[in-house]
Amino acid sequence: MNHMWKFSVRRMLIIIPQLLLLSLLVFLMAQAMPGDALTGQINPDLDPQEMQEQREELGLNDPWHIKYADWITSAVRGDLGQSFQFKMPASELIWNRMVNSFWLGVATLIITYLLAIPLGITSGRFNDSLLDSSITGYTYIGFATPIFIFALVMLWIFGYQLGWFPTSGSVAPGSDPGTFEYIVSKINHLLLPAISLGLITTVNTVQYLRSEIIDTKQKDFIITARAKGASESRVYNRHIFRNSLLPIAAFFGFEITGLIGGTVFVERIFGYPGMGDLFIQSVLLRDYTVVTSVVLLFGLASILGALISDIILSLVDPRIRIK
Amino acid sequence: MEKKNEQEYTEQSGQTSKANEDGLSILGRELIRDKVALISLILLIVVVAIVYGTSIIMDKDEIVKVDLFAIHEPPSDEFILGTDYGGRDIFGQLIIGTRNSLSVAFLVTLMTGLIGVIYGLVSGYYGGHVDNAMMRILDFFLILPFIMVVIVFVSIVPKYSVVSFSLIMTAFLWMGIARLIRSKALQERELDYAQASKTLGSSNIKIMFKQVLPNLSSLIIVTMTLNLAANIGLESGLSFLGFGFPESTPSLGTLVSYATNPTTLEDRWWIWVPASVMIFVLMLAVNNVGQALKRATDARQRRG
Repeated sequence: MNHMWKFSVRRMLIIIPQLLLLSLLVFLMAQAMPGDALTGQINPDLDPQEMQEQREELGLNDPWHIKYADWITSAVRGDLGQSFQFKMPASELIWNRMVNSFWLGVATLIITYLLAIPLGITSGRFNDSLLDSSITGYTYIGFATPIFIFALVMLWIFGYQLGWFPTSGSVAPGSDPGTFEYIVSKINHLLLPAISLGLITTVNTVQYLRSEIIDTKQKDFIITARAKGASESRVYNRHIFRNSLLPIAAFFGFEITGLIGGTVFVERIFGYPGMGDLFIQSVLLRDYTVVTSVVLLFGLASILGALISDIILSLVDPRIRIK
Repeated sequence: MEKKNEQEYTEQSGQTSKANEDGLSILGRELIRDKVALISLILLIVVVAIVYGTSIIMDKDEIVKVDLFAIHEPPSDEFILGTDYGGRDIFGQLIIGTRNSLSVAFLVTLMTGLIGVIYGLVSGYYGGHVDNAMMRILDFFLILPFIMVVIVFVSIVPKYSVVSFSLIMTAFLWMGIARLIRSKALQERELDYAQASKTLGSSNIKIMFKQVLPNLSSLIIVTMTLNLAANIGLESGLSFLGFGFPESTPSLGTLVSYATNPTTLEDRWWIWVPASVMIFVLMLAVNNVGQALKRATDARQRRG
């Protein structure tokens, strides 16, 4: 247990330089982008002299390290600056989108694991059977299909041709928050994007689980369990699955980084108002405060995801701690 | 997710380094024995030959010329695959787009391979504090949200071109292969041959690049093949979002992106389906070849 704490503390210390580097990178990106807080509010009556004074007042002429310090202190307080386009605080704009993206992420993860666990287990248990070849074939195709093409095809078939799912938005217009219809409509809008993303992201986990089970099958403790007369189902349910599922559970934090990339495409294609969609929209509108804020938040999410996974992994696999 | 695959890979190939005396010829032999991979390889060679061959004789200006009298034409004798919203020939764009997408994917794969191999070799070979510091830097790159960081750079780089696009992609994609090479280099440097060479007074550079590197060649080829497939997907994905190839340069992702218009998605299949199929076939074929090579480097899975 002592090792465990040491590892966790050491691992948590690593995120300090990571956060610092991330914030510096995002800050430099923001500096490299054309325009500043005043560009959006150009008032034709304002003469250049006054503009200069305002710039001075807002600290836009300060040296970079002071600007960085100002920016990071307000970011920590939750003030991410003003959106040029929507004339409202970026944090407010992001909040609603973040909730939508969060639910999309949760739904995708649920679908990913709902598919991966039975498929991976079947494939690993009956390896080299016809069933295994079909599942492996599916993972090969999944690896070769970019999410944006798959999502388009899903939208085409289930959204337009069959009309089973809505083709854009996150909720039917006119439904009141809190009502039963509202929740149903939310889920209905969520399902097709989540299924599309889940069907592709799951192939990694299926492959991993399969090879994990095939490896475990030949280990000594499994042979011992069989020799002691444990039934085949007991061997699988109690010994093999438990051993193979733990690392899968631990990888869920890393999954977050992968999901972020996927949501950009899926939200764009299904017109789902989440952070990924907001990001692309803001880049196109040159709304740079929003752009940098989104990158910062997604970076933060990946850092935390990796942290969670590393700590769970060290719980599961003592070899990692001893290093 | 990459982490899992690499880990799995390292485990599998752990035993092969000894029997590596002619690693490359084993790769070749296994590839020919594997029917799916062989068909994929032949298909790839045919596509590459057609695409690079015909794009030389094609008149590029003719293809990207806007023709307002031929907007959204369905496939016909004049336009084999119809036209887009500017009356431009889809078939020509498909050929040139495939060539452009493949070229960038090749370039990015080579550049990330070069950076990754050198970075991984140095980090793994020296070990200790050097390795520790280099791995922390790598970890940082790994947590960056790739798509978004690339999009931001694409939108702020002045005089944006195909070259700057490839460089931006490379800057955030070298980590996977670097980590893999590093973990192998850590093992290799402990082996007798490396230790003996060191005792005999060989320079570190010589041991790294002349002695350790050749032993990792099959690993590098496998990883770069799989990366090539991934890079085709990433490039077309970025072009799909509008942050890949500069405007007016035909690319597969741009053709697919026309399908974000519901009318095109439903009624004008000839614009987006051929490009989608092309991306899928290219990625599947390259992946098949890569997976076959990967199996070939694993003595346990080799067919004999």
